[in-house]
Amino acid sequence: MTTASDAAAPAALSKVPTGIQGFDEITEGGLPKGRVSLVAGAAGSGKTVLAMGFLVNGAEKFNEPGLFVSFEETARDLETNFASQGFDLRRLQQQGLLALDHIHVERNELEETGDYDLEGLFVRLGAEIDQIKAKRVVLDTIEVLFSAFTNEVIVRSEIKRLFQWLADRGVTAIVTGESGEKTITRHGLEEYVADFVVVLTHLVNDETATRRLRIVKYRGSAHGTNEFSFLIDRRGISVLPISSLGLRHEAPTERLSSGIARLDEMLGGKGIYRGSSVLVSGTAGTGKTSIAAHFVDAACRRGEKALYFAFEESPAQIARNMASIGLDLDQWQKKGRLRIHSERPQNTGLEMHLVRMNREIEEFEPSVTVVDPITNLTSIGTFSSVRSTLTRMIDAMKSRQITALFTSLTEGGGSPEATDVGVSSLMDTWILLRNLEAGGERTRGLYVLKARGMAHSNQVREFVLSSGGVDLLDIYAGAEGFLVGAARSAKEADERADALTLARAIEETEHEIARKRQLMAAELERLKAQYEAEIESLENAAFERRMRQEAAATGKAAVRAARADGGSRSAGKKPAAPRRGSRPKARP
Amino acid sequence: MSATLDRTSPPQTWHLKLYIAGQTPRSIAALANLNRICQENLAGKYTCQVIDLLENPQLAKGDQILAVPTLVKDVPPPLRKIIGDLSDTERVLVGLDLRPV
Repeated sequence: MTTASDAAAPAALSKVPTGIQGFDEITEGGLPKGRVSLVAGAAGSGKTVLAMGFLVNGAEKFNEPGLFVSFEETARDLETNFASQGFDLRRLQQQGLLALDHIHVERNELEETGDYDLEGLFVRLGAEIDQIKAKRVVLDTIEVLFSAFTNEVIVRSEIKRLFQWLADRGVTAIVTGESGEKTITRHGLEEYVADFVVVLTHLVNDETATRRLRIVKYRGSAHGTNEFSFLIDRRGISVLPISSLGLRHEAPTERLSSGIARLDEMLGGKGIYRGSSVLVSGTAGTGKTSIAAHFVDAACRRGEKALYFAFEESPAQIARNMASIGLDLDQWQKKGRLRIHSERPQNTGLEMHLVRMNREIEEFEPSVTVVDPITNLTSIGTFSSVRSTLTRMIDAMKSRQITALFTSLTEGGGSPEATDVGVSSLMDTWILLRNLEAGGERTRGLYVLKARGMAHSNQVREFVLSSGGVDLLDIYAGAEGFLVGAARSAKEADERADALTLARAIEETEHEIARKRQLMAAELERLKAQYEAEIESLENAAFERRMRQEAAATGKAAVRAARADGGSRSAGKKPAAPRRGSRPKARP
Repeated sequence: MSATLDRTSPPQTWHLKLYIAGQTPRSIAALANLNRICQENLAGKYTCQVIDLLENPQLAKGDQILAVPTLVKDVPPPLRKIIGDLSDTERVLVGLDLRPV
């Protein structure tokens, strides 16, 4: 079951791009060149569209002529059917880039007698390949041969031979096959012979159809083994991921205003980074759309283009409602700076939304986008599919440096941080809005739960919607919890009164202190004066006594002298006065 | 000779085309078998054209020839394609409407 090109291509397998959006990414380059690939799937799973896409893209994008051999539809049917996919098959045929052939096998006309082979088919294909120098060939659906001929042994060996023959011709071929019950194709043959096998499925989940694609086999090449979603619409087939860019995008340092000055202040004073993703989550009626509208309005004011995906409201309704908070979005729509794309999420599958959004973005080239709300997407997909869709959406936007704001409706009751379809980790900035009920009032609180790469406020702000737009007020936060609305106003008035009283009390106390100090100083003065007065009087008394003593001594001497003159005077007594009176300044 | 001739009362000619792809043993066998069957059953009442697809590949499209050898009988109607080396004479006669099924 090896093909001749195995020997011809000893180096890495060369591939042929299909040009189908997303398909070349997951196959890392396309289909194996010069080999046969099998596209298997049930009826209506998109086999023919995929195969035709391969040929049409080959003709239009790579200038490689293609041959489409249909065992089921006539050329005219194909032309009509693919016109609705935007493929102009007739023009391509006229340009010699495409040949359509309908091989019709009528079982009733056939009678088998003895040995045969399918050389007639080979001859026919060979002639057609030569005629337009086809590089790409599609056989849709090869297994018709099994029902056309009764000798299955011959058919099997001839199909094997056909694959080999196509490879020898050097054409890159797709054969399609119906899904079997236990095998990939009904006869379990093609998947062994083909070098590349992709299986298409079409599932209906909760009334929403999803097309999926899985590469089962790719000889000689690495490939993703996951199931990928794809869709078929009027522009052909697209396989998701549309971009497999991953985490390789630039990280601009430029900052954008959120449109709300106080919010910018909370975000490090400068707003959000360009190209970042912002999640605004909150329960119903917390003002998510209003924040989104400000964001969009600010972008339009800067002269940038904004794209708004609305899953709940019509463009007119958004414009009207936002006019009530003083935002004139109509003017931006008229100037072509704002486009509002409204759609019920349930209308199509998740992948279709992603593709449509991508196309809108490609067409409009906005610098900011809003998705309001992403939670509505969860109603049409599983948790993991929504998450992967959003991841791809965010990747796609980041790679284009589009600043994206997503709103998310959280259920009341649960923890607001725990919800949000698990996408918060994908977001760079997360703004949480919540209803605060107190004092018979409901007000809105806003805080920044996370903001990557910037110092951000950890404060809760009261979020007020008025005809002048959105405003953020400081919230009262104190020992009694935080207060908002009227309670906050009352509390603030209380606080102002309290503060005044306190200031007065402080002033009085200081006054008292000064007075006390003065009192003490005066008392000291008085004590000092008293002390000095007392000392003075004591000294005077001492002096007086000394004088008296001296006087007495003088008197006695005179008497003694007088007595000595008289002859009977005692000489043993000394005068006492010099002993005490010689120290007049003694202090305590 | 054959009951089927009653159905078409005017003298009728069988128009036969034998598609082959090259002078393979199988095509040679088919041609030999065809000659024998016609001689035995349609002597003087048939024309036979042998088409080698290797020489005229574009002719494969017209009669929707996939298998070779294929013997095509378009006249008298209905159109029949008898594929194989024509080794089973009975089946060939059924295919040529010379035997009831």
